[in-house]
Amino acid sequence: MNPEILATLAKYAVMFGVFINVAPIMNWVERRACAYIQDRPGPNRVGPLGLFQPLADAAKFMFKEDVTPAAADKLLYLMAPVLALLPAFTTFVIIPFGPDLTVAGRTIPLVVAPVDTGVLLFLALSSLAVYSLVLAGYASNNKFSLIGGIRASAQLISYELALTLSVLAVLLPVNSFRLADIVAYQQAHVWNFIPQVLGFVVFLIASFAETNRLPFDLPEAESELIAGFHTEYSAMRFAAFFQAEYTNMAALAALGVTLFFGGWSLPGVHLTGWLGAVVGLVTLVAKIAVCMAVFVWVRWTFPRFRYDQLMRLGWKVLLPLSILNLILVAAMTLAGWL
Amino acid sequence: MEKLIFLIFAAVAVGSSLVVVIHKSPVYATMSLVLTLFSVAVLFVLLGAPFLGALQILIYAGAIVVLFLFVIMLLNLQKSDAERSRGGLGVAAVGALIFLGMIGLVFWRTGREAPPPLTEDFVSLKGLSAALFSDYLLPFEIVGLLLLVAVIGATVAARKAPQPGEGGASSLLPREDFVVEETHKEARS
Repeated sequence: MNPEILATLAKYAVMFGVFINVAPIMNWVERRACAYIQDRPGPNRVGPLGLFQPLADAAKFMFKEDVTPAAADKLLYLMAPVLALLPAFTTFVIIPFGPDLTVAGRTIPLVVAPVDTGVLLFLALSSLAVYSLVLAGYASNNKFSLIGGIRASAQLISYELALTLSVLAVLLPVNSFRLADIVAYQQAHVWNFIPQVLGFVVFLIASFAETNRLPFDLPEAESELIAGFHTEYSAMRFAAFFQAEYTNMAALAALGVTLFFGGWSLPGVHLTGWLGAVVGLVTLVAKIAVCMAVFVWVRWTFPRFRYDQLMRLGWKVLLPLSILNLILVAAMTLAGWL
Repeated sequence: MEKLIFLIFAAVAVGSSLVVVIHKSPVYATMSLVLTLFSVAVLFVLLGAPFLGALQILIYAGAIVVLFLFVIMLLNLQKSDAERSRGGLGVAAVGALIFLGMIGLVFWRTGREAPPPLTEDFVSLKGLSAALFSDYLLPFEIVGLLLLVAVIGATVAARKAPQPGEGGASSLLPREDFVVEETHKEARS
C-alpha cells in the first residue's frame, strides 16, 4: 500500500482511539463528579469505584429495545444519529498532536490531514452537526422534540459567529490557517491566551453553547422539554447522540487548547522523534482532559439560561466582544506587538 | 482516482439538486440542498480550491440552509399537495431555457479547447484576498453596502409597530431578539 495512505490511516487510528474513548470515560467522570458536587456517592457498584459502569451502560444500550415512534418520519429519524456521529469523528483530523516525525527517511507531520484550510475545515465540519439535532427534532413527530430542534438551530447559528470570530483573531498574527503553524507560533512566543484573553473568554462561552452543555443546554432542557430533540430515541441510537456530544466536546476542547494553550507543546520542552511524538500526544490528551473537567464542573455549578437571555448574550454581548477582540488583535499585530 | 471521485460527486450533485426541485416535502428538499452544496464543495476541492470548498460548507451548508430549515420547522410546513399549475411550469421552462442559453454562451465564448488550469496564485487564500481588496475593491465595497441595506430593510420589515393596547416597546422584547438574529444571518450570506 502507498506509504502516504498508510501513515494517514495510522494517524487517524491514533486519534480515533483517543476520541472514541472520551464518551465512556466521561460517562463515569460526569456521574461521579456530579455526585461528589451534590454530596452523594454516585454509581459505585460495578467494579472498583464504579469504574466498570461505562461497560455496563454499553451492554444496556445494546440490549435495550430500539423504539421508532409510529408517526415518525422513518428515514430522517434513522438518519439523525448517524449525522450526529459524522462531524464528531471528522473534525479532529486537523488537530496536530506532535512534532514532525521522521520514519524511514520520510517526514510525517503528526496531524491526520495537513491541509492549508486547517481551522476553516474544522469549523465547516462542526457547523454540520446542527442538522442531526434539527432532523431528530423534526422526524420524531413530538412537540418537545420539535421545540428542541428549533432551539438547537437558532442557538448553534448564533454562537457559531462569536466562536468563528474569536478563532479568526488567533489566526491574524500567525498569518496561517494551519494549526501546526499556530502551535509553532506559540512555541516561539507565549501561549495565545495571555495576549488574547478576551478572545479566549468568548471562545470558552461560545463552545459551551456550541456543544449544548449547561448553562446552554436549551435544546434538551430536561425540566421543560423532557430530553428535547432526543426524547424519542432509545438504545444504540440514543448512545450515538451521547457519543457524538462528548466527542464534539473533546474536539472543541482540542481546538481550544491548540489555539490558546500551545496544543501538544509545552514551554521549554523540545523533544523530537518518537519520544517527542508520544510526549506531544500525552500532553494534548492531558490538556483536553483538563478542559473536559471544566465542562463537567461548569455543568453542575450553573443553572440554565432562559431562552431570551441566551439570545441576548449571544448577539448583544458575545458578538460585539468578539468583533472588538478582532479589531484589538489586528491593531496589535499591525503595531508589531504580537 | 480523481476522475472517479469527480464522477461520483457530480452525479450526487445533479441527482440531489433534482430532488430539491421535485420532492414534495420541504424538509427533504432542504436536506437534498445540503447534499448538493456538499458535493459542489468536493468539486471545488478537486479543482484545487479547498478554500472555496470549506467556505461553501461553512456558510451555505452550515448557516444559510440551517436557517431555511429553521423557518420550515417554525412554520411547520407539511408536504405540499398543491398541484403544480400550468403557469408555474411555463415560468420554469423559460428559466431553464435562459440558464441553458447562458451555459451555451460560456462554452461558445471560451471555445472548444479546455480552459487553462487555474494558477496556484489564483485559488490560494492570499491571491484571492489580494485581488478582492485591490483590483475588485469597489465591487466588494458595493456588495457590503448592499448587504447593509438588506439588513436594515429586513429589520424594518420584521419589526411590527407597537399596538396601542399593548405595553409599547417592552412587549416587543423577545421579538426584538428574534429580529436581530434574523438580520445578522442575512449579513453572512
